[in-house]
Amino acid sequence: MERLVKLRIDGQEVEVPEGTTVLEAAEAAGIEIPHLCHHPELSPVALCRLCLVEVDGRLLTSCNTPVRAGMEVRTATERVKRLRRLVLELILSDHPLDCLTCERNGSCELQRYAYEFGIEENRFVGPDHARRELPPREDNPFIRYEPGKCILCARCIRVCDEVQDRHVLDFAFRGFSTQVVTFLERPLTETDCELCGQCVAVCPTGALTEKERRFKGREWELERVETVCPFCGCGCRITLHLKGGRIVKVSGGYRGFRLCVKGRFGLTFVHREDRLKVPLIREGDGFREASWDEALGYVAERLLEIKEKYGPDAIAGLASAKCTNEENYLFQKLIRAAIGTNNVDHCARLCHAPTVAGLVAAFGSGAMTNSIDEILDADCILVTGSNTTEAHPIVAQEIRRAVRRGGTLIVVDPRRIELAELAHFHLRQRPGTDVAWINGFCHLILEEGLWDEEFVRERCENFEEFARAVERYTPEYVEEITGIPAALLREAARAFGRAQRGMIFYSMGLTQHTSGTDNVLAIANLALLTGNVGRRSTGVNPLRGQNNVQGACDLAALPNVLPGYQKLSDREVRGKFEAAWGVKLPEKPGLTVVEMFQAALAGEVRGMLIMGENPMVSDPDISHVAEALEKLEFLAVIDIFPNETTRFADVILPAASFAEKDGTFTSTERRVQRLRRALDPPGEARPDWEILCELSTRLGYPMSYRHPGEIMDEIASLTPIYGGISYRRLEGEGLQWPCPSPDHPGTPFLHKDRFPRGKGRFHAVEFREPAELPDAEYPLILTTGRVLWHFHSRTMTGRVEGLHELVPEAYVEINPADAGGLGIRDGERVRVSSRRGSIELVAKVTERVPQGTVFIPFHFGDQAANVLTNPALDPVSKIPEYKACAVRVEPIER
Amino acid sequence: MTDQKLKLLARYPRERTRLLSLLHELQRANPNNYLTGEDLRLVADYLNLPLSEVHDAATFYSLFSLKPRGKHVIRLCKSPPCHLAGAWSLLAALERELGITVGETTPDGLFTLETTSCLGVCGVAPAMMIDEEVYGRLTPDRLREILASYRGEA
Ligand code: SF4
Ligand code: SF4
Ligand code: SF4
Ligand code: FES
Ligand code: FES
Repeated sequence: MERLVKLRIDGQEVEVPEGTTVLEAAEAAGIEIPHLCHHPELSPVALCRLCLVEVDGRLLTSCNTPVRAGMEVRTATERVKRLRRLVLELILSDHPLDCLTCERNGSCELQRYAYEFGIEENRFVGPDHARRELPPREDNPFIRYEPGKCILCARCIRVCDEVQDRHVLDFAFRGFSTQVVTFLERPLTETDCELCGQCVAVCPTGALTEKERRFKGREWELERVETVCPFCGCGCRITLHLKGGRIVKVSGGYRGFRLCVKGRFGLTFVHREDRLKVPLIREGDGFREASWDEALGYVAERLLEIKEKYGPDAIAGLASAKCTNEENYLFQKLIRAAIGTNNVDHCARLCHAPTVAGLVAAFGSGAMTNSIDEILDADCILVTGSNTTEAHPIVAQEIRRAVRRGGTLIVVDPRRIELAELAHFHLRQRPGTDVAWINGFCHLILEEGLWDEEFVRERCENFEEFARAVERYTPEYVEEITGIPAALLREAARAFGRAQRGMIFYSMGLTQHTSGTDNVLAIANLALLTGNVGRRSTGVNPLRGQNNVQGACDLAALPNVLPGYQKLSDREVRGKFEAAWGVKLPEKPGLTVVEMFQAALAGEVRGMLIMGENPMVSDPDISHVAEALEKLEFLAVIDIFPNETTRFADVILPAASFAEKDGTFTSTERRVQRLRRALDPPGEARPDWEILCELSTRLGYPMSYRHPGEIMDEIASLTPIYGGISYRRLEGEGLQWPCPSPDHPGTPFLHKDRFPRGKGRFHAVEFREPAELPDAEYPLILTTGRVLWHFHSRTMTGRVEGLHELVPEAYVEINPADAGGLGIRDGERVRVSSRRGSIELVAKVTERVPQGTVFIPFHFGDQAANVLTNPALDPVSKIPEYKACAVRVEPIER
Repeated sequence: MTDQKLKLLARYPRERTRLLSLLHELQRANPNNYLTGEDLRLVADYLNLPLSEVHDAATFYSLFSLKPRGKHVIRLCKSPPCHLAGAWSLLAALERELGITVGETTPDGLFTLETTSCLGVCGVAPAMMIDEEVYGRLTPDRLREILASYRGEA
C-alpha cells in the first residue's frame, strides 16, 4: 500500500500519496501553479523556475519538490508572484515577440503566462540577447525548429529520451546561443530519430512545429474532430485539426500525445489529387466515367449473371482490414445473404489466420489477450517475429519503457531488428524453425522446474502429451535445428521461466510459415506452462498489422465463421442469422484468399468484388494473382486510389477515406473505437457502407441504414462479444471486447478465471522444415517485412511526400559475408530470383541480417517482394509462407 | 589511430562522471587541439551515453573545440582585474602580432587566439595562458618575446 501524506496548500488540507510533488498535489487540490518545463509524463528537471512556491517561508520549485507531512505551502504570496514575474521577464528577454505570425499563437503556454502576468515591456533585453537571430532548422521532411522561440525547457529532449528512447536531441552551446540540436547538428534524418513528432507535441511554445501546417490556420480557427488513426493496429485515438476542408495538423495519440510518424505526419494522403472521384467502367483498354446509378446497376447485373450461370460459389469477395467494422459486416452479409456464398475473406489470412486457428484451439479465442497499457508492468517480455518498432510503434515505445524500468527483454528474430539492440537476449534462429526453439524453451522450463504447476493442474488439459513431445527438444538438439547456441537458449528460457509477469508478443514472422499454426500453438503452450495467461501484464499477444484487421476478423470477413467467431457449422447459430437476415444461409465454408485466386485460375471463380484491398502487392506469388485477375469474367473494385489491382477491374467504385466517414475500428488490443467524419469525400466518392447498401439492394437483397450506428446496433444484437457496444458508449476511450451487455465495462485482459473453451489446451507440436529450403541453385533464405515509414502496399504512405522521400524504393538487405562471396557492394543494383520470378533492386550490405538470409521490405509495387515468395500454405490456416523461401542474389552486369 | 584513442580511453573507468576527462584526453592527443566527430562517438560508445549528450558537453565548455585549432592555443584573460591592468591593449597587440582576430588560427597553424575568464592569477595581471603554461605581468614586449620562443621551437 502506498502511504498517504497530509499537508496544507494555501490553507487547504490535502492528502496525497508519498512521492507526489508539491505541484501535483496542488493540482489535485484544484490549485493551479504556473509552469513551463513541467510535463506530467516526463521526469522533473526544474529548469524554468516558474513554478516557485513558498514552503515554510523558503522558496522552492514545486515541480520537483516531493511532499512532506505537515508541509505548509503557499502558492500565491506577493513574494512568489513578484519572483514568477521576474522569471518570466528573464525568459522573455531573448524571445522574439513574433506572436503575429507564430503557429502557436493562441495555444502557446509562454504567451498565456505573459498575458496573465501582464508583461508589456521588458527590463532585461540587451544586445547580447541574440537568440532571435538564430536561423530556423528544417532540414527534414516534417519538423521545424526555431531556436529563437526555444525557452530551453528540455521537454523535447526528455520526451525523446524517456518516452521515445532515442535521445537524439540535447542542448548544445551555452548562454544566449544555447539551442536544442542533434549530434553535430545533423539533420534529424541522419540520426536515430523516428520522426514521431513527440517533441513537437510537448513543446510549450512555437519552437517546434509541424512544417506542413505553417500559415494554414491559427489555433482558434481550427475545427477539431476526434477519430482513429487509419494505419496500424495500435489504434491511436487522434484529433484532426481542420480548416477549410483540409487537415492542418494531427494531435492526440496514446496517453494523449504519443503518435508515430505515420499517424502524425502521414494523413495528408486524403487530399491527393489522384483520389478516385467518380465511378469508372472499363471501355477497351481504358476507363470511362459513369454515374453511380449506371455503375452500380452494371456491377449488380454482371454479378447476377454469373450467379445465374455458374452458381453463387463462382463469386468471391475480398473485404478489407482498412474498412470499418460496419462495412466489413455489411460486406460479408452481402456476400452471404445477397449472393449466397461463403467465399469471403480478407488479408488477415495473409497475416494472422494461424493466430485465430491456433489460439482458438488452445484458449478458445483468437485475439491479443492483454492490453498495451499493461506492458510497462511486465518483468519479462518475449518478442518474436515482430519488428515492433517499425510495425507497431506505440507497442515498441512501451516495451522500451518497460526495459528501462528494469524488465528483461528477449528477442527471437533472425534479423537484428531495432529492439534486439536493447534486448538482454537476442536469439537468431534460422527462418522457419520456430517450433524447435519454443519447444526448447518449454523443455528447459520443465527440466529446471520453473513451470507453474498449480496453473497447469487447475486450468489446463493435455499436459502429458505435450510434455512427452518436448522431451527430445534439448538445447543441443535445438541448436542443431535452429542455429541458436545451446547456452544462450538455456539462459533466455530461464529468464522467461523465472518471470512473474511474462508477456509474449509476436506477429507475422511467426505466422507466415507453412508451420504457422504450429508456431502459434507452441507459443500458447509456453504461456500456459508458465502460467502467463489470465493476469495483467502477461499473455499471448499477436500484434495485428492493419488498423482494423481485428475488426474485419471479428465481423466475419472470413469464409468459415459468422460474426463474433460463431461457428458456421452450428445450426443454431445459422438459424439466428437466418432469422435476422431473412434468408437461408449457405453452409459450406468458402474459399480463402489464396484459394480464391487458385479457383479463379481454374475457372471456378468467375466474378470478384474487392473492397479496399490490393492483392497485387500483398499476396504471394503475384504473377499468379495477375493471371487470375486477368482470367476473371468480372471484377469490381471499391477503393480510394487507383492501384495495381484496379488496373484489372471492370468497374471501379470511388470510396470515402477514413476521414470522410463514420464507423468503428477495432484495434489490436480488441478496443472498439469511433471513427468520425471530418471531411466531405472528394468528387462523388461515397462511404463503402453506403456503396454496399446500394449494391445489395440492386442485387435483390435490400439493405438500408440511416447511419453506421444502426449497423452497429444490428451487429450487437447478433454478436455476443460486441453485445454491449453502441455508439453512445463509444465516446472517449472505446470499449474492449468481450463486452456482452450494455452495462459491461469491457475486458482489458482475457481468460481471467476460465478460458472460453473451458480449460487451456496444450498441444504436442513437432518441428517441420519450411516448404522450400535453400539449395545449390537458390542458396539464400528470403524473409520479408515492413519499414517504419511505410504502410502495406503504400497506397496511402507512398502518397505522402515526406514519407516517400525517406524510403523511395525497395532494397534487399544482405550480410557482408554473403555479399562478399557474390562480389556485391553496398548500394549496387542486384537481381533477386526465386523459382517463381525475379526482381531488381538495390543491395544494402548490413549485419542486420544473418549470413544465409536476405530481407526485402514488402511495400513496393514496382519491385514487389511477393513476386518471389512461396504460396505454399499452412495446412490448417491456409496462410502462405511469406517469411521463408529460397532465393539467389546476383550482381547485375555492369 | 582509433586503436590509440581506445587505449587512452581504456585507462579510465566507464563512468559517466569521467566524460570531461575523456574529452580532454582525446583533445590533447589531437595535434590540432580539437575533438573530431569520431572522438565524440568513441567517448559516447565507451561510456554508453547518447551521442547528443556528449555533443552537449563538448559544445558547452569553451575549453573544447569541434574545429581544428593551432598547435598552441593562447587564452588571454579578459576578466575585470586583467581588464583594468590593460588586457585590451594586449589583445590589440596580440592580434597585430599574429595577424588574426579572436577565434582565428594563424595561417601557419601555430597559434589560435582565444579569450578566457579569470585564470586565478590576478596578482600578476594582466595574464594569459598558452596551452597549459600561465604567463603574468604581460607587456607588449614580453608578449613578443614569449611568442618568439614558441616560434623558435617550431
Ligand atoms: S521526432 Fe521523435 S525521435 Fe525524432 S527528435 Fe522528436 S521525439 Fe526524438
Ligand atoms: S524546443 Fe520547445 S520543448 Fe524543446 S527546449 Fe525548446 S521550448 Fe522546450
Ligand atoms: S500508425 Fe499505429 S502507432 Fe502510428 S499513429 Fe497510427 S495507430 Fe498509432
Ligand atoms: S515547472 Fe518547475 S521549474 Fe519549470
Ligand atoms: S582576472 Fe585575469 S587572472 Fe584573474
